[in-house]
Amino acid sequence: MRYITDRKRAVGKGAAGSGTGHHWYMQVSAAGLAFIVPTFIYIFGKALGSDYATVLETFSHPIPAIVTGLMIIFGLHHFNRGFETLMQDYARGHTLKISIILMTVFTYGLMATGLFSLAKLAL
Amino acid sequence: MVQFSLPKNSRMTVGKTWPKPEGATNVRKFQIYRWNPDDGKNPAIDTYFVDMDDCGPMVLDALIYIKNKVDPTLTFRRSCREGICGSCAMNIDGRNTLACIYGLDEIKGDVKIYPLPHMPVVKDLIPDLTHFYAQHASIMPWLETKTNRPEKEWRQSIEDRKKLDGLYECVMCASCSTSCPSYWWNSDKYLGPAALLHAYRWIIDSRDEATGERLDDLEDPFKLYRCHTIMNCAKTCPKGLNPAEAIANIKKMMVERQV
Repeated sequence: MRYITDRKRAVGKGAAGSGTGHHWYMQVSAAGLAFIVPTFIYIFGKALGSDYATVLETFSHPIPAIVTGLMIIFGLHHFNRGFETLMQDYARGHTLKISIILMTVFTYGLMATGLFSLAKLAL
Repeated sequence: MVQFSLPKNSRMTVGKTWPKPEGATNVRKFQIYRWNPDDGKNPAIDTYFVDMDDCGPMVLDALIYIKNKVDPTLTFRRSCREGICGSCAMNIDGRNTLACIYGLDEIKGDVKIYPLPHMPVVKDLIPDLTHFYAQHASIMPWLETKTNRPEKEWRQSIEDRKKLDGLYECVMCASCSTSCPSYWWNSDKYLGPAALLHAYRWIIDSRDEATGERLDDLEDPFKLYRCHTIMNCAKTCPKGLNPAEAIANIKKMMVERQV
């Protein structure tokens, strides 16, 4: 039991002064991904099951390589920011902070690995 | 924070089955949530039978029938009985609505009545709305002016007045907020659809001079941006309002002043 007024409880620590940036980024990246994801699936699907030389040839072309790069960067960044929102919905305190840190490390690790692999194929 | 199961002292039990009205031929079964803070027992579902030939057409009529003729201890809020005061909001047949304007003919089978979900219960069908009202007060639900002119009448064009339609009608019954999963999990920080609809009502008012401050107060990942456009609020609103649209408009204004 905390002896604070209902109004103080409702206001809490006040407004954080941020949130719109995150919201706008998610809107813009979602619009971009609406184009990037189907294109990437098409390119990846076409190359899937082919021999090594064909895959190498596919990702050596600028457009498939750029689309894959955009998919890795924006897809994973969008995923990471979305995960942050998800965890804010369902967790609090240390669980929230640790899960966001772990997912950020995982996402950027995956992004670096993906870009390295793409560079090896494309260059 | 999210809770996937009810606390032990909130788990429902089977309650009392009250006798059927004598001589009645047109009887309907009601299952109603009961909880008394004074007896130390878990909540229970009591079963009542209402003589539909002796009862009005709305759910509230049946509740008043039960209170008057069967069980005077059944506790619920009601006042205007015409959808204006918002007192009789409860969960009827799985939907948050006002008992006074929800017809019994709209319900198939037994009538199941619970208090508004995910709110502390005061007794039976009465939720504790203290925090909900405090959140409403926090958005400054009044006209905020900085200039002292005009001295008398603050005029408004017909077009500007029209912008308040679909907003001013809200009766603060809490049906929308208590149907929102985001509000269930984060009501300590998220303002919820009702408070945000009211916030937008004052933001969009052409006579209000605190638009910037109002938007500043909502610039927060939780207060406003916990809304994930689930749309339960618009679906359940007994007055047919659309809080989700009001929230989307606030977000649009937030983006407009940054981009």
